[in-house]
Amino acid sequence: MPNTDKPTIGILGAGKLGSTLARIGESRDLPILIGSRHSVADLKWVIDTLAPGATTLSAAEVVRQADVIILAIPLSHVQDLEPAAFADKIVLDATNFWAEVDGTVNTISSLIESSSEVVQAHLAQSKVAKAFNHMGYHDLEIEVDRHPDVPRAMAYATDHDDIRPVVEAVLRDFGFDPFDLGPLRFGLVLEPGSPLFGEAIPRAEFADKLAHIYNSAFGKKIIKARGGEIR
Amino acid sequence: MTKKYEFGLNTFGDIGFHDDGTAMDGDETLRQVVKEAVLADKLGLDRIALGEHHRSEFAISSPEVVLGAMAAVTNHIKLGTAVTVLSSDDPVRVFERFSTLHGLSHGREEIMLGRGSFTESFPLYGYSLENYDELFIEKIAMWQKLLEGKPMNWKGEFTQKLTDTTVYPKLPSGETIPTSLAVGGSPESIIRAVHYNIPVVIAIIGGEPVRFRPYVDLYHKAAAQLSMPEHPLGMHAHGIILDDADEAVEVGWKYIRAEMDRIGIDRGWAPMTRDRFEFEIDKGSYYVGTPEQVAQKIAHNMKALDMSRFDLVYGTGGQLIHQREATIRNFGEKVVPRVKELLGDDDNA
Repeated sequence: MPNTDKPTIGILGAGKLGSTLARIGESRDLPILIGSRHSVADLKWVIDTLAPGATTLSAAEVVRQADVIILAIPLSHVQDLEPAAFADKIVLDATNFWAEVDGTVNTISSLIESSSEVVQAHLAQSKVAKAFNHMGYHDLEIEVDRHPDVPRAMAYATDHDDIRPVVEAVLRDFGFDPFDLGPLRFGLVLEPGSPLFGEAIPRAEFADKLAHIYNSAFGKKIIKARGGEIR
Repeated sequence: MTKKYEFGLNTFGDIGFHDDGTAMDGDETLRQVVKEAVLADKLGLDRIALGEHHRSEFAISSPEVVLGAMAAVTNHIKLGTAVTVLSSDDPVRVFERFSTLHGLSHGREEIMLGRGSFTESFPLYGYSLENYDELFIEKIAMWQKLLEGKPMNWKGEFTQKLTDTTVYPKLPSGETIPTSLAVGGSPESIIRAVHYNIPVVIAIIGGEPVRFRPYVDLYHKAAAQLSMPEHPLGMHAHGIILDDADEAVEVGWKYIRAEMDRIGIDRGWAPMTRDRFEFEIDKGSYYVGTPEQVAQKIAHNMKALDMSRFDLVYGTGGQLIHQREATIRNFGEKVVPRVKELLGDDDNA
């Protein structure tokens, strides 16, 4: 039975990432709701196969019922979300700019304004944290399962200090070691192109890579674009 | 009922190395791949399928031309692609190339369509990535219509308008170009393949293969859900098969890892650790070792995933000529008969 003391997790998007997170959540007895642009009838049998136990609802109903909403949709679709529906919710933004789905040229975010800051600006009445961004969807299961005693660091960033305990609890519930990057703008270092992107490593290694981020080509691009490190 | 199993080779035409360690150039690599097809044909392998890439690590950007050369020097082996990036191609031209190959090869051609996990072909051919999904859906529909072999009446959004147009050379009456669809970890791609009534080949190139079981279940369920027929399932994975297990592992570390890391730079993957590499060999998706080790692993995973077809990607990252050829020879001579024996295929044991 799902543990009802936990916040209800709603996943928007049932592609590679959404279905994987639903399966992980269910395997760890978390109450998971999931919805996508497809109808409940079209999605339910898919979720019953890929993430048995997760509850399939319409996207609108997922947003209404969930306490914490994970965005597992293309970044370019975020602008279509109705901000009022997300008012007062905690939103974990797992989106990344991805050319195959979002378009050849990134007109959404930049080295000055990270994608999750754009998401927070759109969902202005919600508390957004960037999370579940830097690890490949396969590795969310493979790397976690093969290191049962050494959890993988999952970095997050948010401008809302009051949600940090909830965000950290959710990341821990999914099997990760929460790694606080600070305010949302620091989440830029998790985006594609960064040496941290794709990493499924323990806290100490993650901290070490982060400490050297400005020596990397990506870090140098950040400095060039912003006239200095992120502050 | 005994299942019919099929075993083949895949290559992207990785730029190879002479046995003295010097790199081949693209021309030499292309001729080497044709030689390897001759070897695979002699060994009785079911197919060789070529990828299409547009970058320095690979020599093959025009697979059908290479397949045409192979057609002239082989007799039985099926000649295919893995994959043809239909979204950044013109289905009419693709049809013409494959119907030409049909004639040259006495009907041994086949095509595997895929969205392509590399996207270099889009800007190269002037296609926009913005329409990635829509392009693929429209062009698959156009492809299937072309296969009907009748004069085409077609009006698409991204494709040319055709009115009572016959595309040549025509396929002989009643014949078709066997078509499969490559899928990765996207549930939607699997459902789409069932919807189009096209067999799927799943790229299982990382992690424990059994993790793909839910996708296999999804395939079966989708067939029931959409009232569509099921087709035999295939998988594709990287491997090196040498008589000395340690040597196979070191060749893999030198070449497979290097290729994954090179591609990873563009794709945002983290570099591969030795620990992960060894995990892929022990429990994951690399078929690296002696013929017996590889045969056991292939048989185990084909059983676990209901697979009828296994395509081994050989020569990943280039490798020395004798290593590439040893893998092919071991696969054909030892691994395939052993896998069939382990799977209980009486016809071929």
